[in-house]
Amino acid sequence: MKELSLNILDIVQNSISAHAEHIGIALCEDADGILTMTVCDDGCGMSAETLRRVTDPFCTTRTTRKVGMGIPLLRLAAEQTGGSLTIESTAQTDDPTGHGTVLRATFDTKHIDMTPLGDVISTLTTILQGHPEIDYVFEHDTPRFRVHLDTKELRAVLGDVSLDNLEVLHWIGDYLREQYETTKK
Amino acid sequence: MKSLAELAAIRDRMKDKVSIREGSGNIRVVVGMATCGIAAGARPVLSAFVEEVAKEGLSDKVTVTQTGCIGICQYEPVVEIFEDGKDKVTYVKMTADKAKRVVAEHLKGGKPVEEYAIGNK
Repeated sequence: MKELSLNILDIVQNSISAHAEHIGIALCEDADGILTMTVCDDGCGMSAETLRRVTDPFCTTRTTRKVGMGIPLLRLAAEQTGGSLTIESTAQTDDPTGHGTVLRATFDTKHIDMTPLGDVISTLTTILQGHPEIDYVFEHDTPRFRVHLDTKELRAVLGDVSLDNLEVLHWIGDYLREQYETTKK
Repeated sequence: MKSLAELAAIRDRMKDKVSIREGSGNIRVVVGMATCGIAAGARPVLSAFVEEVAKEGLSDKVTVTQTGCIGICQYEPVVEIFEDGKDKVTYVKMTADKAKRVVAEHLKGGKPVEEYAIGNK
C-alpha cells in the first residue's frame, strides 16, 4: 500500500464484514514520533484458533481465492519501521455481550521505511459512503494537532438524512480538514 | 468554522428530495474495494464516480456502491455496472479520469466505453 490510510480503509472492511455496529479508528502519535493505530469494533470477533492464524497470508475469509493480504500488509508496514501489530479478539460465541476485536499497530514515524499516512480524510469519507449505517468514532491525536469525529453527534442533527448523502460527505470532509488546520498546536 | 447548524441546513434541504429518489434508481455502479482493489487505486475511482454522478445530475437513477473482491485482482481497480434489462459491463484498470468518461458516456449517454471494458482490449 502506498499510504497507511489505504491500510486503514482495508482493515476497517474486516470490522464491517464482522457485522460491527460501532467502529473506532484512532491514530495517536507521541512526542517521540511513535504512532499507534487502533481499530476496534463490536463485531462477531474471532476464536483463539482463528486469531492465531490471522496474520498468515493464507488465512482469509474471502471466497474468491485462498490468500488474504490485508493484515499481513499492515503488519509489514508496522514491522519495517521497528513497530509491531497485535490483535485481541473475543468471539460472539464465547461472550454474547462483550464481543469484538481490537487491532493495534505501532510505527516509528522517524524510520526511513515509514509509509506516509496519506489522505486519511478520503479514507474516512469512503468508509462512510460504503457503510453509513455503522457508527464511527475517529480520533487523530499528535503533539501538533487534534482531530475528532463522532458520527453519533452528526446523526443526532441529521435525523433521517443518511451519512452517505454527498453534501453530508462534503461537509464531513471539510469539517475534518478544518480541524487539521485550526487545531495546529 | 464548520458548524452543526450547517449540517441541520443540509438536512432541511434534503427533506424534499428523499421522497423523489425512492425506487427510481435502476443503474448500479459497483466498485471492488478489497485489499487488491484498494492497493491498485480504487479509492479515487470510487470518489470520482460518487462526485461525477452527482455533478451530472444522475443521483436519482444511479447508485454507487462498494463490494469486496470480484476475483480478477490483476485487473483492479474493477468497476461493474448493472442496469435493468442489459448485460453487465465490467470496466478494468480504472482511474479517476476513466471514471469521469464512463459517467458521461455510459451512465449519462447510454453507450458503454468499450475500450475500458474487459474483453475489449
